[in-house]
Amino acid sequence: MSEKLKHITCDVAIIGAGPAGLSAATALKKEGIERVIVIDRETEGGGIPRHCGHPPFGILEYKRILTGPLYARRNVKTALSSGVELMLKTTVISLGAEGKLSLLSPDGPIELVAKRVLIATGTRETPRSARMVSGNRPLGICNTGALQSMVYLKNRIPFKQPVIVGSEIVSFSALFTCKKAGIKPVAMLEEKAGTSVMWPIKYVLNIIGVPLFLNTKITNIAGKDRVQSVTVVDKNGKEREIVCDGVLFTGKFIPESSLMRMSHLEIDQNIGMPRVDRYGRCSDPSYYVAGNIVFNPVKVAGKCWKSGQIAAQRIAKDLANQ
Amino acid sequence: MIDEQSTHTLNSDKAGENALLADVDVAIIGGGVVGCAVTRRMALEGASVVLIEKAADILDGASKGNSAILHTGFDAPVGTLEWECVQKGYNEYLEIHESLNLPLLKSGALVAAWTEEEEARFSEILKKGNENNVKDLRLLSSSEALALEPNLSKDIRAAIAIPREYVIDPWSAPLAYLMQALQNGGQALFNAGVIGGEFNGSEWILKTVRGTVRARYVINSAGLYGDIVNKDVLGASDFTIKPRKGQFVVFDKAANKLVRSIILPVPTKRTKGIVLFPTIFGNLMVGPTAEEQDDRDDASVDETILNDLHAQAIKKLPALAGIPVTATYAGIRPATERPEYRITQDKDRNWITLGGIRSTGLTSALGIAQHVHGLLTGQGAEFRKVDNPSVPFVPNLAEHLPRDCDTPGYGEIVCHCEMVTQREIKAVLESEILPAGSLSGLKRRTRVTMGRCQGFYCSARLAELTDGKFAKPIAVGDANE
Ligand SMILES: Cc1cc2nc3c(=O)[nH]c(=O)nc-3n(C[C@H](O)[C@H](O)[C@H](O)COP(=O)(O)OP(=O)(O)OC[C@H]3O[C@@H](n4cnc5c(N)ncnc54)[C@H](O)[C@@H]3O)c2cc1C
Ligand SMILES: Cc1cc2nc3c(=O)[nH]c(=O)nc-3n(C[C@H](O)[C@H](O)[C@H](O)COP(=O)(O)OP(=O)(O)OC[C@H]3O[C@@H](n4cnc5c(N)ncnc54)[C@H](O)[C@@H]3O)c2cc1C
Repeated sequence: MSEKLKHITCDVAIIGAGPAGLSAATALKKEGIERVIVIDRETEGGGIPRHCGHPPFGILEYKRILTGPLYARRNVKTALSSGVELMLKTTVISLGAEGKLSLLSPDGPIELVAKRVLIATGTRETPRSARMVSGNRPLGICNTGALQSMVYLKNRIPFKQPVIVGSEIVSFSALFTCKKAGIKPVAMLEEKAGTSVMWPIKYVLNIIGVPLFLNTKITNIAGKDRVQSVTVVDKNGKEREIVCDGVLFTGKFIPESSLMRMSHLEIDQNIGMPRVDRYGRCSDPSYYVAGNIVFNPVKVAGKCWKSGQIAAQRIAKDLANQ
Repeated sequence: MIDEQSTHTLNSDKAGENALLADVDVAIIGGGVVGCAVTRRMALEGASVVLIEKAADILDGASKGNSAILHTGFDAPVGTLEWECVQKGYNEYLEIHESLNLPLLKSGALVAAWTEEEEARFSEILKKGNENNVKDLRLLSSSEALALEPNLSKDIRAAIAIPREYVIDPWSAPLAYLMQALQNGGQALFNAGVIGGEFNGSEWILKTVRGTVRARYVINSAGLYGDIVNKDVLGASDFTIKPRKGQFVVFDKAANKLVRSIILPVPTKRTKGIVLFPTIFGNLMVGPTAEEQDDRDDASVDETILNDLHAQAIKKLPALAGIPVTATYAGIRPATERPEYRITQDKDRNWITLGGIRSTGLTSALGIAQHVHGLLTGQGAEFRKVDNPSVPFVPNLAEHLPRDCDTPGYGEIVCHCEMVTQREIKAVLESEILPAGSLSGLKRRTRVTMGRCQGFYCSARLAELTDGKFAKPIAVGDANE
């Protein structure tokens, strides 16, 4: 059972080594803050961009166009060379009053006390279950995050001919990921009358050869071991079956705020977002938030990076004033 | 023991259809919770045993999805074999759970009345509890009930407290039963559906898709397929399975702090009602429905019903409104045309059928196993009890007890939502006694991907870790760059 507890103290602890967390950490060091620790549960830092194999990332931050993985590495490198400490494979398991965090690492539990904590745990997509979609639960159902990490990090594919549900920006990232991996989506479904994306999507879809069905909702998933087909219904109530071997549920982002839900911090229960003041400070003023955990709708990596910069300024000021 | 090598291998058909896979005292058909418990009991009693399962892992039928409540039997039909097995099963679980490292959540239960009609049935419930020897039921006023469970809707009129109604881990328990059987000389065959058999007056030769099994006694615990096995092997079945589906909605762990007890409904003439209950894994669940269907395998969920369950849960526990849903699923009860267990013994043919173990089997399994032992010795079978039986170690998955990740050296956390470590996944994949035979088996034994993100963060890593392990893998191929 629990070995001896290790104790660490620091000026600012940042939860999440995504664009927001790393950018804040780097900026805090630039502000002259002594000990800044970024904690991430993954084996590598960088956050979601680690598995977004496509450009454009980094335009605002580095004035060049990078792929997600290169951008992620660059963020990590910049932070490390600024003197930020990065604790990987380390999970924050609870948030306590006044910046007291419980961490779990493969070497044992750690208690970390920080003068200020920045929560930058990002966002994820709503899975099939929480969308209450009818049908069987066979293999071949996943979100874009899982697809991208399979393709870009592990060189594998979860299906060959999926139906894509949703038509947000991320749905198009998913489409490009499919194209890159040799996956041939059979249809893209959008419940609403139009997509939220501003580009000539019909044109994009035409090139890739994927039909887009608007006003169309997925009503059933069939398949014993693997997905075999889905049933969809249009606004006139007309049903049709689409043969496929997977269902990719894209978008419908929800903040990765479970840590906060389980803590003393106030959150808006209905959307799962932390309640913050105009400085991005939580109900316990030693806690701040940045990045996609507070953006609704979600924003691109560059905006998250920027929000990290802003949070860093505020935290630095806050520390200087005390 | 014969054919030890192929015992756990996938679709191992090398030996051919007539190969003798096992030669034992007792063969148990079906690795649901009942089959696992019977295999354990008979192994401990000193019989040589083999569990024959048609799927690649245990718990592929009714035992895959249940409410995980360890019932006192307060509302069981009085004086029935079901009641007897529930009580015996309950007591044995309490006796053995610590030594097998199996968790117990002492939640207690409240039967909650929300209408006058429901409250009017309380006297009946109290009387039945008393007759069933569950003597500690207590009647609570609405304010007493709310003092105990302050987050329940203020509409509650009254409640009956059942302090010893508990929650367990529905998958680790049967796993531990089978592991103990295997550690004490038992055998298990997977991907070995029984398709026929012959009795020669003293022994059975059972035919499976992988080869044959010779056994003096056969126990049919094929659950949802119990009648079919009897037809295929004995030529007839005196009951017919009427599959009855139950759907569930699982709420995020943030909901767990909202209630401590199992909130049971008052069964009315019209409906059995749904239960709101904590899980051993730290979630809160609502369900199950009771839907008759023909299909024995179709555990599909339905949007309308899920939304209805969701709404019913919020009505009883308003604070659930803002809490996300983690999972939805369904289980199928092996009900028959009659409510009672269909346990029969054919002494002439050394065959026992454990049919229709419909809605209390998780609790009663250990009791049914004792009963089976009694039936066999009753017909003259003799076994020599194992002295100092070996006790397996089954890793804890319960939220309130130390998990694998609480011991350093676990490598990395693979599944962040459920805190599943690389070490524990490897241990299950590489187990010498009983490795996971399928992805769903691995999930049941580690909880990997069963949390709030449902694989968003960890599917890729899991696909890598399970490469080449399962006949039905996560990945269907390589990404062509
Ligand atoms: C599937 C997907 C695809 C996307 N594609 C694009 C794209 O192509 N272009 C784009 O601009 N934006 C994209 N986005 C938006 C994306 O959210 C942002 O790009 C950006 O990564 C958000 O940055 P962040 O720092 O807020 O969070 P994230 O990048 O999500 O980083 C959060 C980090 O916190 C860590 N963490 C969480 N909880 C804990 C804990 N308890 N303990 C320790 N560590 C923890 C996580 O491991 C993670 O590394 C995508 C988002 C998703 C979900
Ligand atoms: C929704 C729901 C909620 C429930 N809640 C509870 C609860 O809270 N508490 C409680 O105590 N009980 C509960 N139960 C009841 C309990 O789950 C069942 O009583 C129990 O799982 C029945 O187990 P079994 O071993 O008889 O059948 P099964 O689990 O169906 O096992 C039979 C096994 O036999 C195998 N098989 C089938 N045919 C063959 C063949 N030809 N050859 C070889 N193998 C074969 C199958 O693959 C399967 O693994 C619930 C059930 C459901 C569905």
